[in-house]
Amino acid sequence: MKNDVPVEYQLRLYVAGQTAKSQAALLNLRQVCETHLAGRYTIEVIDLLLTPKLAAGDQILALPTLVRKLPQPLKRLVGDLSDEERVLVGLDIQPVAKRAAS
Amino acid sequence: MKIANASAQLPKAATGIEGLDEITGGGFPARRPTLVCGASGCGKTLVAIEFLVRGATQFDEPGVFMMFEETADDLAVNVRSLGFDLDALQAEGRIVLDHVHVERSEIEETGEYDLAGLFIRLGHAIDTIGAKRVVLDTLEALFSGLRNEAVLRAELRRLFRWLRDRGVTAVITAERGDGRLTRYGLEEYVSDCVVLLDHRVDENVSTRRLRIVKYRGSLHGTNEYPFMIGERGVTVLPITSLRLDHTASTERVSTGVAGLDEMLGRQGVYRGSSVFVTGTPGTGKSSFGAKFVDAGCARGERAMLFAFEESAAQMTRNMASIGVHIEPWVLQGLLQIHASRPTLHGLEQHLMLMHDAIKAFKPSLLVVDPISNFTVDLDDVGMKSTLMRLIDFVKHQEITAMFTDLCVDTGALLANTQLGVSSLMDTWIALGNFESNGERVRTVQVLKSRGMPHSNQIREFEIGPQGVQLFDIVVAGNRVVTGRERVAAHSRGADNAVQTP
Repeated sequence: MKNDVPVEYQLRLYVAGQTAKSQAALLNLRQVCETHLAGRYTIEVIDLLLTPKLAAGDQILALPTLVRKLPQPLKRLVGDLSDEERVLVGLDIQPVAKRAAS
Repeated sequence: MKIANASAQLPKAATGIEGLDEITGGGFPARRPTLVCGASGCGKTLVAIEFLVRGATQFDEPGVFMMFEETADDLAVNVRSLGFDLDALQAEGRIVLDHVHVERSEIEETGEYDLAGLFIRLGHAIDTIGAKRVVLDTLEALFSGLRNEAVLRAELRRLFRWLRDRGVTAVITAERGDGRLTRYGLEEYVSDCVVLLDHRVDENVSTRRLRIVKYRGSLHGTNEYPFMIGERGVTVLPITSLRLDHTASTERVSTGVAGLDEMLGRQGVYRGSSVFVTGTPGTGKSSFGAKFVDAGCARGERAMLFAFEESAAQMTRNMASIGVHIEPWVLQGLLQIHASRPTLHGLEQHLMLMHDAIKAFKPSLLVVDPISNFTVDLDDVGMKSTLMRLIDFVKHQEITAMFTDLCVDTGALLANTQLGVSSLMDTWIALGNFESNGERVRTVQVLKSRGMPHSNQIREFEIGPQGVQLFDIVVAGNRVVTGRERVAAHSRGADNAVQTP
């Protein structure tokens, strides 16, 4: 039975302030989401320098860390997300074929 | 050995762990990291948590325990047997427990990263309670969790610099490596102080040992020290080789047998001394033990009796038959009897149980009856070492202790074990039992008693409803007579009752 309801992705990106890594991660993340999850994702950025208490909750060790809260199960990606393939595999995203440039 | 100079230069953080502060000359290096390593099951986590808990409860230094393998709940349950209530301490804001979950399969590495999250969490925990002590148990979990070792090592270097900047005294635990101190070479980063724990089985005796491998800038004991994990935490036992500095009391304590006191310089044994009572079966060793305890309790002193041959009830009954009533003392809380089969536990366990019991009850008198069945092997080195530790501990507490021992051979007064063990004893009383004229005559003699003139005579005694009584020496016709002959000579009036010199 075909499941036609698109799955909503809820993503949380943990960073430590505005660093090269954190900015790269956010940029990369937005790009991946726009390309493959258009219209069905939300990104929440948590700066642990501002709210350090939240690090323990999601077991954050390395930064930046991307946590996929939805869909279940929880997935955790560590790094600046520059390796797109790893990101797709890690988040379990079906890649959308790139439209040929016209 | 004066350690005062070194400690003046290098500030130390007292661990509060019994014996450890002594060996380290004051504790771990303050505001620096200390590495505690050892094989799995050695007690690293327990040493670390006790360091933290005592820091919080005894030295007003709150602490953070960051654990990478156990969960906080597991740890709380594990240490409850040590008498530490981690939940209460957390609630009071004196410690923080943070479990960092590191699971390789959950971590997908997608690019560059660092371990800033660890720093932030640790920093936050420290700031929340103003922690002065930190434990990381065990950092090695990071190696198995994260693939990129280069990043990990760079961050570890950064972590230790960070810890130092924060001014916290840190304890890092690590597992022993093959041929190296630690599996992943953590000793590279933590070089101020390294403590190695060991747990080995030697001739069926399991012993835990601790050794200070390195302590930069400080004098420290370099030996291996046995330690125990008991109901009140970890106890390190500095062996006598470190300090033979027990105070020597001049006060005398009665043995409970008037005639014997007479033989011991007329006053009995020195307080805090160790008394060895040996004899073949049936010579009355336990009776002497009972009289010793009875006399002590009558003076209002607390006594403890470890019985390894008879049950407490049996002892009570047998002693009652010689006029020694120990039950009232038990009821008054002046006497505690611990009876068990020595084969029930290993020597190490025995020592620990005795140690804990003594610390809790604080007796001034002790009887261990007998020490002989601790081990089947008469030449047991382990037993002597265990006894040495017990005697040393007991002397430090200034407890006057009596140890009874069985001789197997009526002819040989000096069995192998006794030769070795007797050197640890200050006073040696040998009980004998010989056949003469169709009857068995009980004898007692003082083989040695350090620090006092003592009788060199072999005295006859009897054990009866009035207790233990020594007879005057009776000489008839130029020789000492015993038993029936003595009675006869005495009644004839043809004797010269000789006073003990």
